Amino acid sequence: MKRLVLLVPLVAFLLLTLFLYRGLFLKPEELPSALIGKPIPAFSLPAVEGQSLITDKDLLGRPALLNVWATWCVACRVEHPVLNRLAAQGVLIYGVNYKDDNAMARQWLADFLNPYRLNIQDAEGRLGFDLGVYGAPETFLLDKNGIIRHKFVGVITDQVWREQLAPLYQELQGE
Amino acid sequence: MIPELANLALILALCLAVVQGTVPLVGAWLGAHQWMRLARPLVWGQSALVLFAFLCLAFAFLSDDFSVAYVAHNSNTALPWYYKFSAVWAAHEGSLLLWALTLSGWSVAVSLGSRQLPEEVLARVLAVMGLISVGFLLFLLHTSNPFERLLPYSPDNGRDLNPLLQDFGLIVHPPMLYMGYVGFSVAFAFAIAALLGGRLDAAWARWSRPWTLVAWCFLGVGIVLGSWWAYYELGWGGWWFWDPVENASLMPWLVGTALLHSLAVTEKRGVFKSWTVLLAVAAFSLSLLGTFLVRSGVLTSVHAFATDPERGTFILVFLLIVVGSSLALFAIRAPVVASQVRFGLWSRETLLLVNNLLLVVSTATILLGTLYPLLLDALTGAKLSVGPPYFNALFLPLMAVLLFSLTVGVLVRWKETPWPWLRQMLWPIGLGALVLGGGLELMRESFHWGSLLVYLLAAWVVLGVVRELLDKLRHTGFWGVFRLPLSYWGMHLSHLGLVVCALGIVLSSQESVERDLRMAPTEQVSLGGYRFVFEGTQSIQGPNYRSERATLSVLDDQGELITRLYPEKRLYLVQQMPMTEAGIDAGFTRDLYVALGEPLGDGAWAVRIHIKPFIRWIWLGGLIIALGGLLAALDARYRRVFKTPKLTASEPAPQGA
Repeated sequence: MKRLVLLVPLVAFLLLTLFLYRGLFLKPEELPSALIGKPIPAFSLPAVEGQSLITDKDLLGRPALLNVWATWCVACRVEHPVLNRLAAQGVLIYGVNYKDDNAMARQWLADFLNPYRLNIQDAEGRLGFDLGVYGAPETFLLDKNGIIRHKFVGVITDQVWREQLAPLYQELQGE
Repeated sequence: MIPELANLALILALCLAVVQGTVPLVGAWLGAHQWMRLARPLVWGQSALVLFAFLCLAFAFLSDDFSVAYVAHNSNTALPWYYKFSAVWAAHEGSLLLWALTLSGWSVAVSLGSRQLPEEVLARVLAVMGLISVGFLLFLLHTSNPFERLLPYSPDNGRDLNPLLQDFGLIVHPPMLYMGYVGFSVAFAFAIAALLGGRLDAAWARWSRPWTLVAWCFLGVGIVLGSWWAYYELGWGGWWFWDPVENASLMPWLVGTALLHSLAVTEKRGVFKSWTVLLAVAAFSLSLLGTFLVRSGVLTSVHAFATDPERGTFILVFLLIVVGSSLALFAIRAPVVASQVRFGLWSRETLLLVNNLLLVVSTATILLGTLYPLLLDALTGAKLSVGPPYFNALFLPLMAVLLFSLTVGVLVRWKETPWPWLRQMLWPIGLGALVLGGGLELMRESFHWGSLLVYLLAAWVVLGVVRELLDKLRHTGFWGVFRLPLSYWGMHLSHLGLVVCALGIVLSSQESVERDLRMAPTEQVSLGGYRFVFEGTQSIQGPNYRSERATLSVLDDQGELITRLYPEKRLYLVQQMPMTEAGIDAGFTRDLYVALGEPLGDGAWAVRIHIKPFIRWIWLGGLIIALGGLLAALDARYRRVFKTPKLTASEPAPQGA
């Protein structure tokens, strides 16, 4: 019996390797969200820059991307230039600055440009919690009525935008 | 010609490593002295060959041999010579070679420094290290050869070293870190040798301890250097980012810390044997995992795993063989006999067990947070960072509990401590900590739970150390201080280093002030009792970069000049990469830190000014911890030659005892 206990580290390690190995060759798939088809949760939070308050009503009117980001998130740094390009093309992007230090967030926007029309300061992560955010970056696609239509987890690259998000975005614009 | 010679040397080293990894092992099994005696000359031969290959690569860098692909990717004629040299280990292939070289160095050290070891133990230890070397040399030659040529079309000039890495920190940080990572291979080899030989006893723990201590010190210094480098080079003023690369170095250090404490119990009391062996295996496995995760670029750009499945697969297979086989060996050979040694609830054994649990749980927490994005990416293709919120929320409370239990652990005795005695030892410390810690918190301008807690814990630990020392000297009088062994001082020093580090962390994070502002020449700003005057910028031409260098004068309240700071915005020409060089005035109680943002026209710049109190204490504490470890490793009892009883009495005594 005691011998069997000694096998625990080996089994745990083998499981980990198996998982890593499967991971090497698995096809990417999307993370579903329970919020698809539901309106964005109500909130009233300060903006990252300036003194104003932003509420869920401010996001209505036009289809948009709602991008969850933070300065501690290395992947966000990769994503940022892509967002800048999209904003320059006229894509409407709102930001949720998730569990972040406001001064660092401002510095970030100063250093890397600001693609966000509105940028919500979610220092406590409460909005992120309501949105079911796992980490950053995550991006929600909102229609003009503020309904969440799609959720994308991870870095938006040019390819992701072209192949997955742009068609959906254009569809929403046509509605 | 020279790269080809180096390649040949690596192949020969691989051949020798194969022999080193098998013949002495079989010899130890059969009891064949000639076979076992082969281990040491094989180690020396293999090391000489690896060293030769390393020097060849260094030569290729220093002589700008851009026909070597690795040199062409990581160097440039305009690079200063010292960066050309450190560029040897700036990317994947070269750092693997440095790894192999470090492993050789440790093998040689073991072969020279373990003369009192029984012959078959030494043979097994060196053989295990040889087998690890086989894996690394194969990996080098098979998938990551630094000597591959770009022929016949070799470039005229190289693509230059990544500007982030053109820094003194990079010259020293990786070798230190690798000394630590690879140093754990010695403890690992001792553990495997003990499992193979079936002798897990106090002697084994005593042999492993100094090696583990030295490796742990190197790793600690390496982590400190890395953090310091990030602080001044990244221009954000942060010193720890919970980045996968940092986590990869912290995890083996934490498990190594647990191992050190567990080894102490095994040596002194002969308990926790299986656990100690498991920790030795875990510390090295995490070093391996860390090296590979970092060096293969799996974590920083997850695509490296997918785009080069050959490398990724090799990594996994190698990990599977090394870790899998040692854990299998552990499952078969680890002692299951219930220990005869009993200990009470309030005993040092129990407290060290608590220490081990806390450290292992912290490591598991970090491992989960580090691998979770990788696993998620592998499964779903999603990339995300778990980030500091996760790590801080889990790691910091565990460390607080660790600090709390530390004092109790220092005071309790082995076996059994009467609770009334312990109580009368502890309550004055607790009272003193309340007064001292609370007093410190009251002196602050604003109240914060975190800092109060750290003050209390710091006072608790320091007073505990003092009380323990006084108790030690109760019978001997003051002069007994000079008769206490080095390892005793090392222990207390390391614990105090932990306190210094914790104070640095909480003070620098609570008391820091910072301002982002636009500054035109002659403009000034007051911050935290200092006045910063922006004198203007000038253009500077570096060896391989252009730079805008600003001058800021820092004045105190009376208008006396304290120092001048020179933050820079550099543009590295080959890679067209902008870099921020912060201007820092380092001090024991505070750092003044100025970084340049973007030019805003008319000679004005976006400037970021930080005042970071006590931030040096974080690294100072880390260094004190490592110094404590070094003192312990230098303790006289490890140099004494022990008579080790031979189990096989029919054989003659091993040579060189």
